[in-house]
Amino acid sequence: MIGFLKFVKKETLHILRDSRTMLIALLMPVVQILLFGFAISTEVNNVNVAVVVPKWDEQIRQSINKLSSNPYITYKGAIAEHEIDRNLRSGRVDAIVVFAHDFDRLMTQWKQNGNGNAAMQFIMDASNTNTAQAGAGYLNNILAGELMQSNSLVETHMLFNPQMKSAFNFVPGIMGMIFILICAMLTSVAIVREKETGTMDVLLVSPVRPLTIILAKMTPYFILSCINLTTILLLARFVLGIPMSGNLSSIIVVSLVYLLLSLSLGLLISTIAKQQIVALLISAAVMIMPIVMLSGMMFPVENMPAVLKPVSAIVPARWYIDAMRKLLIQGASFGLILKDFLILVGMTLALLAIALKNFKDKLE
Amino acid sequence: MDTSTLAIEVNGISKSYGTVKALDKVSLDVRRGEIFGLIGPDGAGKTTLYKILVTLLNADEGSARVDGLDIVKDYRNIRSRVGYMPGKFSLYPDLTIEENMEFFATLFGVTVEQNYDLVAPIYKQIEPFKKRRAGRLSGGMKQKLALSCALIHKPSVLFLDEPTTGVDAVSRSEFWDMLHNLREQELSILVSTPYMDEASRCDRIALCNTGHILDIDSPKHMVEKFDGKLYGIKARDMYGLLKNLREDNSITNCYTAGEFHHLLAGAGFDADKLKQNLVAQGHSDVEIKPIVPDIEDVFIKLLSNE
Repeated sequence: MIGFLKFVKKETLHILRDSRTMLIALLMPVVQILLFGFAISTEVNNVNVAVVVPKWDEQIRQSINKLSSNPYITYKGAIAEHEIDRNLRSGRVDAIVVFAHDFDRLMTQWKQNGNGNAAMQFIMDASNTNTAQAGAGYLNNILAGELMQSNSLVETHMLFNPQMKSAFNFVPGIMGMIFILICAMLTSVAIVREKETGTMDVLLVSPVRPLTIILAKMTPYFILSCINLTTILLLARFVLGIPMSGNLSSIIVVSLVYLLLSLSLGLLISTIAKQQIVALLISAAVMIMPIVMLSGMMFPVENMPAVLKPVSAIVPARWYIDAMRKLLIQGASFGLILKDFLILVGMTLALLAIALKNFKDKLE
Repeated sequence: MDTSTLAIEVNGISKSYGTVKALDKVSLDVRRGEIFGLIGPDGAGKTTLYKILVTLLNADEGSARVDGLDIVKDYRNIRSRVGYMPGKFSLYPDLTIEENMEFFATLFGVTVEQNYDLVAPIYKQIEPFKKRRAGRLSGGMKQKLALSCALIHKPSVLFLDEPTTGVDAVSRSEFWDMLHNLREQELSILVSTPYMDEASRCDRIALCNTGHILDIDSPKHMVEKFDGKLYGIKARDMYGLLKNLREDNSITNCYTAGEFHHLLAGAGFDADKLKQNLVAQGHSDVEIKPIVPDIEDVFIKLLSNE
């Protein structure tokens, strides 16, 4: 045991003295959380809108007032009909509201009867579908909201994330990615570095079982990841205001299993790769891309083509991110994430078994 | 021979990398308490033999015993009994001298203090710098640290793969002195080197090339066995001289060797006649003298006999 602790000390020294890597490992979660939380968001915050008004009247003035006072809309003024195309093409505006000739009369008719002819038209720049859809939704709410509310068929409530903040969506995704990066990538690179520099030869020609050495190597990265877990959870709670309504111990237990899974993956990669660069490439190609693309971090699993759905099922991050969304945002109980949890445990055991079977204590 | 007197016993070991035969039926014995040198150029298969003997690689055929233990069956036991210093510097450059030493001691379940006496003659020389990181040491100091780390668990057999490559002449000489001190402690040492001049510092040597062993003997006896007359020859135009000598039928072999070319006399060789011929061919300042062969001459002769 004292021997093992000495190994851990040695590995910790390696990490501490490689200050650049350590800084990246510790700052990466902070930067990513802040980036995704504030700078990069899929929310549409600013829609530039111009209007086309054939005939001014009080109704239209009121509508335009509502538009220009809305925080999500930047009112760009009124333009003539023949300028529509130019304004959209030049990107000066994202949307144009064209009021009908007899807007006043049509609106009154709507208010009285609850039906009638179209009173306005939204022309959206749909080259960015996200902005176009969100913008149309905003305009609809602002300009036709009162009509809808009076006698609507559907009433919508946005539960758990009423403001539709994208940070809520990204934090679990970032957690899914960061832990794989640090545990799997850095650990595998650290093990492969010993092969590359030849120190593994000296380590193998000793009574110590290579497994001991490797466990010792993983320990500091595991601790590093625990620090990151704490940082991420604190930032998510107090900076991004994520409700974290689920049971904290469930969050931690699931995260720890995911850390172990990532470490096993790192060990598996280290048994395959002979050079650090190969380990990096495998990490990037085998882990980062699928995590970003297939885990549901960015694109919902439900929307994936049928071919990719089974592929996404073998991406561990998918289950972790799913569980974290339920725990962090929805405040689900452990019972509801049991399936995710069991899949993660199963994957960890399978990866560990394959990695250990693959591990050789000779050079070939 | 009784096994207990042998530190290393190699019987017909072969190893191929794809189509390249790195070792071809190599056999040798290293006695206890001797310094045995593997002498040969790059590509002779020295490193491959080391890796097989320290149980990092499996041989394709043949068997070997280290410290009386089979390298296949007992590889775990061998690993705790030998000290291995690979050709490439294999310590942690980001750890200090002291940390490297402590780590390797821990690896074998000992402490630096326990076996301090054994490593002291070597370690004392670098101890004043023990807080310095290994990556910032000079070649000679790295080598001393590597040797200290390989010795810290008091191995019974020491495997040193090209320990003096890339080290300055003074440090090299010091290093051999250290090995002789270690032999006094009843350590068996297998050391390899591409430098022929270091052969004389070994008790016995194996000359090897491209996976074969050319001969095994003590360096002294190997030189004594040299049959044939060897001359050193020089003239002002050394390159032209070599070309002319190679055309001469009475000369078996001729090659550059520093200040003089070495030539091995064949049938009907006459030194005076050769000198006259060379002068007639336009050479000036021609000087011929009989010389005593060294290991390099033996090696070249063995190679040309192949």
